[in-house]
Amino acid sequence: MSKGRFGVHGGQYIPETLMNAVDDLEKEYEHYKNDRQFNKELTELYNEYAGRPSLLYYAGKMTEDLGGAKIYLKREDLNHTGSHKINNALGQALLARKMGKTRLIAETGAGQHGVATATVAALMGMECEIFMGKTDTERQALNVYRMELLGAKVHPVTSGTMTLKDAVNETFREWVSRIDDTHYVIGSVMGPHPFPTMVRDFQAVISREIKAQILEKEGRLPDAVLACVGGGSNAIGAFYHFIGDKNVRLIGCEAAGLGVDRPENAATMANGRLGIFHGMKSYFCQNEFGQIAPVYSISAGLDYPGIGPEHADLKDTGRAEYVPVTDEEAVNAFEYLSRTEGIIPAIESSHAIAHALKLAPTMGKDQIMVVNISGRGDKDVAAIARYRGVDIHD
Amino acid sequence: MTKIKSAFENKKAFIAYLSAGDPDLETTEKLIYEMEKNGADLIEIGIPFSDPVAEGPVIQEADLRALKSGTTTEKIFDMVERIRPNVKIPLVFLTYCNSIFGYGTEKFTQKCEQIGIDGLIVPDVPYEEREELAPFCEKHNIDLIALVAPTSEERVYKIAKASQGFLYIVSSLGVTGVRDKIETDIEGIVKAAKSVSDIPCAIGFGISTPEQAEEMCKYADGVIIGSAIVKIIGQYGKDSIAPVGEYIRSIAKVCHNF
Repeated sequence: MSKGRFGVHGGQYIPETLMNAVDDLEKEYEHYKNDRQFNKELTELYNEYAGRPSLLYYAGKMTEDLGGAKIYLKREDLNHTGSHKINNALGQALLARKMGKTRLIAETGAGQHGVATATVAALMGMECEIFMGKTDTERQALNVYRMELLGAKVHPVTSGTMTLKDAVNETFREWVSRIDDTHYVIGSVMGPHPFPTMVRDFQAVISREIKAQILEKEGRLPDAVLACVGGGSNAIGAFYHFIGDKNVRLIGCEAAGLGVDRPENAATMANGRLGIFHGMKSYFCQNEFGQIAPVYSISAGLDYPGIGPEHADLKDTGRAEYVPVTDEEAVNAFEYLSRTEGIIPAIESSHAIAHALKLAPTMGKDQIMVVNISGRGDKDVAAIARYRGVDIHD
Repeated sequence: MTKIKSAFENKKAFIAYLSAGDPDLETTEKLIYEMEKNGADLIEIGIPFSDPVAEGPVIQEADLRALKSGTTTEKIFDMVERIRPNVKIPLVFLTYCNSIFGYGTEKFTQKCEQIGIDGLIVPDVPYEEREELAPFCEKHNIDLIALVAPTSEERVYKIAKASQGFLYIVSSLGVTGVRDKIETDIEGIVKAAKSVSDIPCAIGFGISTPEQAEEMCKYADGVIIGSAIVKIIGQYGKDSIAPVGEYIRSIAKVCHNF
């Protein structure tokens, strides 16, 4: 079995042209992840630039309203650039700089990873090009301009379904054509080894903090941790340090779009089957001939036909559960959290909140739930208005 | 000697690519006959994939056209089975790993053997992952053709040793597509490969003109042309038989007279 496996999942299914590049990356990462100076610099960036640690907020009104488990929100939305994506972007850019790379490229769905990468490139004085499905550049126009403000060049991708999967294709194509000075900052726990492991390690700061914070506030571990999953980076970040704590339920909430029984969904765990794509073996939405299915979700960040290989393994072993959440449920949760707690969550994170709304009332008042708010919802306001039939000029 | 190696006997081999089902499978069938008639020594039949990450726009669009016209792996198998008795030259499939894995690797390779496919080229299965396919290919007598790239460096040795049929040398960085210039040290890669194996070496990516084909014949045992052919098919559609035939003749002439 090749490198970077999570059970049967993972591996390095990529064109030969990139093999030496990912091998180099693996060697350098293996070196720097234990390097004291590297970790000191990264921690400084996390704390002094990104605003970590992020708060673990007790959602009192929500808890009272739902009448069940005590609900805590992990506020990744309060990070600089507004989401958990900055954790990974800082880590990879710092590594890329140590490797002598001067140019960063990245795919983006909702634009949060693109913004994070563009931000870090500006900070570190690196060139930056972002690939974004044309459909997504339209539904997230504000983020496109934001990336440009940060000095990045944004390429609208017009191939295929013009969404996240196609942006990944195009970024791989770009990387194959220019490797020497360029690092591909993959935005999620996906792609060929070492990306799923490396991105997970950079995001694991989320669960490391949750654990310390909840022990301080409650003196015990939570009963459940919830997070939304597309590729799965905020979820693996929120789960990672709890994987060994068998009494903590880990629940990933995936995008069911118009419904798991409708063609318009992106629920990989519910509808996908084992496949090999984008460098990894994992679960993918596909047809009987292995053609990757066009997927749909109101959330551009969850609109992806696959899932990271470690999640696929967590599902196989039963250590984590994955539940589908529809557009309608997510939008309701978006509005609910805005009104109940005065926190406007990203539409991606709203998928996790939607499941919390169902689960919390079934749990006891002595139980504790943590929901990862992976990003803030400012970017989604226009889309939610459209969904509700409200005409605003964004 | 495998059937594929025989394509390289006593001449420089011309390997021609087309995406099956572009614009439809009837045309593909006619094109394969026409390619053989005009001197192609081996044909790579592309099984179209929804997300061909190693392809440039020309082949991406061809794959899309083929899928839109209702082409499936099953229908491609039927087409090959129908024409195989009439085509003497080796035929190989080029496709992405999930087309094979999604269909079922055992079922896929068994079917390949049954219909007379001689080899497989799978751009997203590098040396480290070849076990995904190799045991199945071995069982069903299919050559697993490996690729080396300008960035392969010391990897060339182990890849050349493991490759079957021929060694596919990727001429340039980037995706498939026509290029003005090829700047890679092809000679060095061929030399490295030949030092560990007697496998024929063919060069692909970016070659389109007879002049480029002739230049590549200096270094290697064969040339592979894809995008330039697919471009003609894209332009003429069902009427592409004659212009493709003419183009094939112009390249085959250079290779066979070298």
